Amino acid sequence: MTLKKLDNHPLFKFLRDNPKATVGFILIFTIMLLTLGAPMFTRFEAGFRSDQYRVAPNSVFILGTTQLGRDVWAQTLYGGRTSLLVGILAGVIAVTLSTVIGITAGYFGGIVDGIITMVINIAMVIPQIPLLLIIAALMGGVSPMLIGVLIGFTSWAWGARVLRSQTMSIRNREFIYSAETLGETKLRRLFAEVMPNMLSMMSSAFVGTIIYAIMAQATLEYIGFGDPLSVTWGTMLYNAQNTAALQTGAWWELLGPCLGLIVLGSGLTLINFSIDELSNPKLKAQRIMAGYYKAKKAEITYTKAGETE
Amino acid sequence: MDRQIVFSIKNVTMDFQISGKTFFSKKRTLRALNNVSFDLYKGESLAVVGESGCGKSTLCRIAMRFYTPSRGEMTYNGENVHKFKGNPLRNYRQKVQMIFQDPFSSLNPLHSIYYHLKRPLQLYHGYKGIELKAKMNEALEMVGLVPPEEQGIKNPHQLSGGQKQRAFLARILAIGADVIFADEPTSMLDVSIRLGVLNLMNKLKREMGKSFLYITHDIATARYFSDRIIVLYSGHMVEWGDVDKVVKHPVHPYTKLLISAAPDPERETLAKLEVRDDVEKEVTMWTPESRGCPFRNRCPVAESRCADDFPEAVEVKPDQFVRCIHAKEWKTENSAASEKPERNQPVG
Repeated sequence: MTLKKLDNHPLFKFLRDNPKATVGFILIFTIMLLTLGAPMFTRFEAGFRSDQYRVAPNSVFILGTTQLGRDVWAQTLYGGRTSLLVGILAGVIAVTLSTVIGITAGYFGGIVDGIITMVINIAMVIPQIPLLLIIAALMGGVSPMLIGVLIGFTSWAWGARVLRSQTMSIRNREFIYSAETLGETKLRRLFAEVMPNMLSMMSSAFVGTIIYAIMAQATLEYIGFGDPLSVTWGTMLYNAQNTAALQTGAWWELLGPCLGLIVLGSGLTLINFSIDELSNPKLKAQRIMAGYYKAKKAEITYTKAGETE
Repeated sequence: MDRQIVFSIKNVTMDFQISGKTFFSKKRTLRALNNVSFDLYKGESLAVVGESGCGKSTLCRIAMRFYTPSRGEMTYNGENVHKFKGNPLRNYRQKVQMIFQDPFSSLNPLHSIYYHLKRPLQLYHGYKGIELKAKMNEALEMVGLVPPEEQGIKNPHQLSGGQKQRAFLARILAIGADVIFADEPTSMLDVSIRLGVLNLMNKLKREMGKSFLYITHDIATARYFSDRIIVLYSGHMVEWGDVDKVVKHPVHPYTKLLISAAPDPERETLAKLEVRDDVEKEVTMWTPESRGCPFRNRCPVAESRCADDFPEAVEVKPDQFVRCIHAKEWKTENSAASEKPERNQPVG
């Protein structure tokens, strides 16, 4: 009885309708649970050092230890927190910037658009990773949060460009004119008519920036521009590389951060896909119709088989 | 008969600068409308016909204040439309509305039908709660979207083209518009649905006294729905007047061409169109410097004097005006024949 009630809950209906979202949410939820509830899953602190150096996974050290005797499992869990935080921080900064800049350019057009587009184009042609490298090298040993801010301030250009062109195309659609003839204010036209049509773009840009920020942060720290004392997936990879972990066969040192990055990245990407499907019902309809035709085909072959018997 | 003018267009000329906005290109201007004037009476339907690019939609867009005319003015109840501000503007927005050509893009895909109806009711009438809901259902029922509770919660993509156009009409009803500019409201619809929407508009016209400016390229529906007709060519009014007189006995060569180009089920073979083959068939681009009759390049009866001036309007029959150099000759012919056209009453 209760199970049936639960089955009809809108949330479960939504999850059943969107398998991509379900898998994505499960992956993200797992990562969140493991990283935010880290003390529940490991008995060691992030900075804990044991007297056993580079031992293979066993019952005490689930993912083994590093050259310096640190527990890989504990470091992976605590390091994930920083990665998530940096990603979200960078995502918020980049999406806010790109929304404001993109919509302004697209909506007002003319000379405003000309100037902003020029700025966007300049920001786009500057290669991001080298720019980040230079900034990080100049500042020396930057903390993870600062990396997040840097990524946020350097990766808005793509989103701004997409949102600008989207605003321009929606602005000339007839329902915007119809809202104008209705007498809606400019602000309302922008935020009640144009914006909802771009929510998918904005959220997918947000999720996309999170993925990019997490990867870029790991890259920067792996190269060695991060703060070596902080515990993140990037610095873990950096330390593993520095102590020649792969050459000596200590694969477990890489397993933790790599698995974390892969699961987080694919979970967010799946959520991104389902955002696309949600905002563009045609995509979902295509998927449902494909399933319908498959079922119909199966039914036909089934009845045919029945007839021949 | 004493008829009240609600909307009038006086000598409207509209120029568009099509290039020359930057330093590098030569300045070129397109004249989309040239000296167009007419009145729209209360409770009547006035059809504006013409081929693509003749300025029909521009007319609508000027009336909706998307553009300001280069010369001339449009007046609503005697007041200049483009000078409204504040409360009068609000009143104008409520009373004069437009139906868009494409019902697939005139409704916001992310809002439900109820939302589209809710906004005007809140903006102009201040309805709330149960009353709002009742008014929304009333509007939906009036346009035949039943049951309203079921149709209202749908999003536009769940409705067919005809249903969308009906939903848009429901919105205009909800606003309470008196003058409706219908920019080819049926051209994107299936033939079978077209008549339904036209009948609905007819009902609004007859029962609620709404005035329509019906823009179309379909002479048959224009005759079915309208009382008067204006034939536009390249932004010029070439022939206008009573719809039956113009459609049955067209005088201007362009009107003749337009009517013979429309398929008629009673005619077995398509009539050969009388157009000169030696010139380009495109509509000539009209610039402020252009002189003469715009149709002379395609006209089968054009003469050299057509290039000099665009002739003044001649009333060839009562309530039928033509601007053509041959109009006077035709007028004398007609008065000699003195036939009496029967007026077909539209059904529905």
